[in-house]
Amino acid sequence: MEYIIIIISAIFVNNIVLNKFLGICPFIGVSGKIETSIGMSGAVLFVMTIATLVTYLIQNYVLIPFGIGFMQTITFILVIASLVQLVEIILKKVSPSLYQALGIFLPLITTNCAVLGVAIMAGQQDLNLMESIVFAIANSIGFGLALITFAGLREHLELADVPAAMKGVPVAFVVAGLLAMAFMGFAGLV
Amino acid sequence: MNQLANFTKGFIRENPVFALFLGLCPTLGVTTTAINGMGMGLATTFVLLMANIVVALIKDFIPDKVRIPSFIVIIASFVTIVELTMQAYLPSLFDALGLFIPLIVVNCLVLGRAEAFASKNNLLSSAIDGLGMGLGFTFALTLLGAVREILGSGSIFGLKFIEGDGILIFVLSPGAFIALGYLIMIMNKFKKKEA
Amino acid sequence: MSKKESNLKNMLLALFAITLIASASLGGIYQLTKEPIEAARLEKKNNAIRQVIPEFENTPTAETYKKAVDGDTLYFYPGRKDGELVGTAVESFSNQGFSGEIRIMVGILPGGIIDDVAVLYHEETPGLGDKMQRNKSDWGMQFQDVDPESFDLQVKKDGGDVDAITAATISSRAFCDAVKRAYEAYVNIENK
Repeated sequence: MEYIIIIISAIFVNNIVLNKFLGICPFIGVSGKIETSIGMSGAVLFVMTIATLVTYLIQNYVLIPFGIGFMQTITFILVIASLVQLVEIILKKVSPSLYQALGIFLPLITTNCAVLGVAIMAGQQDLNLMESIVFAIANSIGFGLALITFAGLREHLELADVPAAMKGVPVAFVVAGLLAMAFMGFAGLV
Repeated sequence: MNQLANFTKGFIRENPVFALFLGLCPTLGVTTTAINGMGMGLATTFVLLMANIVVALIKDFIPDKVRIPSFIVIIASFVTIVELTMQAYLPSLFDALGLFIPLIVVNCLVLGRAEAFASKNNLLSSAIDGLGMGLGFTFALTLLGAVREILGSGSIFGLKFIEGDGILIFVLSPGAFIALGYLIMIMNKFKKKEA
Repeated sequence: MSKKESNLKNMLLALFAITLIASASLGGIYQLTKEPIEAARLEKKNNAIRQVIPEFENTPTAETYKKAVDGDTLYFYPGRKDGELVGTAVESFSNQGFSGEIRIMVGILPGGIIDDVAVLYHEETPGLGDKMQRNKSDWGMQFQDVDPESFDLQVKKDGGDVDAITAATISSRAFCDAVKRAYEAYVNIENK
């Protein structure tokens, strides 16, 4: 039952992008087309889940027992950076077209605040191993949901008649704000 | 470019937030008040400046293939220093900025400058670049924070000028997106006039 | 960019050196800031304690005792003057806030009367639930000098005596939940 609450909270109520403001750079950068958004979401799902798992282990079996909690930032980010390298290598072999499509955004998952943010939040909320994994998966689904919805909206915006100064990023942000407002309706659900 | 241009480019022409769209997560996340925006901006400036300096100093000793991980360790160290120092001496600001302090390490602005500038330029230029970009970032965050605070809480830097609450949506998440969208639009018009 | 060749030895050496220096510096800074951080944390707690119980001369945080309640822990900070107990600050919580956990400090006098309340942490909606903060409104003052034996710690909508915050019933309910939890745990310990 706890898991349902974690899942609904992470995907809708406390949506990682629209509520917690993590993962904005790819949110703006990749959401031009629905296809790349789906690819990015998949990559984030993979990295976020494994990163949270590994950082959980490091936090509970190394950092806390040895009293070096202050090394959290460094160790977490190094784990994430290594994982992204791994994903890059795997993706190049398994799906070169997706690798090409994601381009610069793949290494940028390292600087995706959502991945590091989720890893830190799982530690702060004192979740156990299973809960942390569920938390990570749910958050990446929330990320994907926001990203793909937004991509859909942006594809429509491309065809709309937008004033010159608003074209591109500004109007995208205003629309994102409206999307965030819609998601606020989920508050109080859990 | 001369050092003056190097320093000032971060304010309008190449402003990290309004022109380069870097460092957006903290921009939206902490700018509920002007002082929070300023605090975050200055913390990031410190990391940016120190990281640029260190990278410029030791760039000749880092083999090319491991430069990104090296930059990350350097940046993460300075972020941790900021974390610990703020926790000790500015605890209320630390509580207000919360999760976004360790997230400075993934601020694309910081890693971006180390990679694009400090690894290719001398110490002085890198330091000034770090300082200029950082202060430009601080300017953007303080501005957005001020707009959201004035509209949303009816106060500026904590000084209220109306009774009760303002247009609350601006201190909530949708307001961040909308306010930033309009600010970028205004900056776009401003830049067009300049050009 | 660099004059160093990217062979395995150089890469490992560079990474090792950088990590070593980084860890050492951080360890040093950590030692330096350990005490100020602890002091800042205590100061925050003490401020809340000072707000909810009458003047005291001891160090309540040094006499902390705790009780496991509802899956979490409540902390009790006794304040004394001239050796006499003047009040106990109880750090309580509720998980029923609109946006999650609420943590508050409830000051209880030796007779079982609530002296005052203070908010430690919440994520309630600005302009609505955040009115529970003293700096936002006087709403919390209705809990002052209240005897929970005769004052029902529930919102009026639920049949109690507490005026809920307008349009923030859920936040108000959660607040009452936290106050009730503190009081009941206090009485529980007193009666042992």
